Amino acid sequence: MAKPDKFIPNASIGADGDQTAMDRKGFLNWLTIGWLSFSAATGGFFVVMIRFLFPNVLFEPPQSFKIGYPEEFVPGNVDIRYKKKYNIWVVRNEEGIYALSTVCTHLGCTPNWLMAEQKFKCPCHGSGFRFSGINFEGPAPRPLERFMIYLAGDGQIVVDKTKSFKFEKGEWERAESFLKV
Amino acid sequence: MSEKEKKPSLLEQLGESQVWKSIFRSGVPKSRRQRMYAVLGNVFLHLHPARLPRHAVKIGYTWCMGGLSFFLFVVLTITGILLMFYYRPTVEYAYTDIIDLTEQVPLGIMREIHRWGAHAMILTVWLHMLRVFMTGSYKPPREFNWGVGVLLMTLTMFMSFTGYLLPWDQLAIWAVTVGTNMARAHPFIGHEGPGASLLAIGDINLVHAGSDIRFALLGGRFVGEATLLRFYVLHCIAVPFIAMIFMAVHFWRIRKDGGISGPL
Repeated sequence: MAKPDKFIPNASIGADGDQTAMDRKGFLNWLTIGWLSFSAATGGFFVVMIRFLFPNVLFEPPQSFKIGYPEEFVPGNVDIRYKKKYNIWVVRNEEGIYALSTVCTHLGCTPNWLMAEQKFKCPCHGSGFRFSGINFEGPAPRPLERFMIYLAGDGQIVVDKTKSFKFEKGEWERAESFLKV
Repeated sequence: MSEKEKKPSLLEQLGESQVWKSIFRSGVPKSRRQRMYAVLGNVFLHLHPARLPRHAVKIGYTWCMGGLSFFLFVVLTITGILLMFYYRPTVEYAYTDIIDLTEQVPLGIMREIHRWGAHAMILTVWLHMLRVFMTGSYKPPREFNWGVGVLLMTLTMFMSFTGYLLPWDQLAIWAVTVGTNMARAHPFIGHEGPGASLLAIGDINLVHAGSDIRFALLGGRFVGEATLLRFYVLHCIAVPFIAMIFMAVHFWRIRKDGGISGPL
């Protein structure tokens, strides 16, 4: 028995007269376009999802703030008034004023200023820092960081915590790490 | 047989009822074949192999640590859901709600079960890993499932870590402060990590304290209100959800990779 020229599968019976029917290639093209746009939309949504995790508004203390006039700070004294609110110590020596970070450089705990021993002592693992912020005992690998400090137009001191200065990188030499008085 | 003339007992009548038969399609399994159908036809049992090799129940070999880990996960899920009825993840209430859970809420032991269960699960997961390693069960064809297992162990540790913050006491806050400080040092996506300074346009750093991976984890620069809520959601929903998906893969692959490993 001879084979018929064209094999018509059962499922397509009745559809042969329709000229608008999509051919196989057209169908695959549309399928490709469809899947590509679906993947692009999904991929785009995943990017949006990641962005969603980064909040625009923070309910945290401001990172840049005024701490008062230079006269309020006594030479040779560590001012602990701003420790709780802003996590800084304001220290004044003979030459000027600097703002030290209260974050221990070992694992991020908060040391205490021990007046009698003239040192910052971390309660977590015993790291010790001198008046200057330089580490001298315990596991802390580097000195405390200093924050940007400068005078505002009204004569008050401004501390900006978004910019920090590291001693080991020689950044304490920079002008804004230290306020000359 | 003489039994045929006997009146069927209440239990047998129940077994023949339409309600029973609609739930348990296979009836009371009496042959090996029927027992296999009973396992295959049950959604809870079907993850298990229909038949076990004799060595699969050798406790001395398996330590049953994988099974215990899963059991503890179920216990933690149930007790965790119960705790969620009382615990509010806000700075104002979190600490006192935990006190309330242990002191005032009926069966204050619920919180302790959750806590000790979590400690136990960490132990069983590690011991499971040790057993799999010591018996060489990570070798082909099970190498993929070892990878899935390592991921599950990491997820278990992360569930433990996120749950650690929820009591909101000094221990929790500082432990999480210290723990998340590690994320600062992550290459490229941590602002103090290697390569982070390379990601900059001119003078503007793209990866800084307010845009790195730690920031996304904490929902801020410090462990605070946003962190508590974030860790709560991660602990109760997100991580267990991911862990369950990988657990399904893990159990499935035990069978597909040739069943539970046995002594050679």
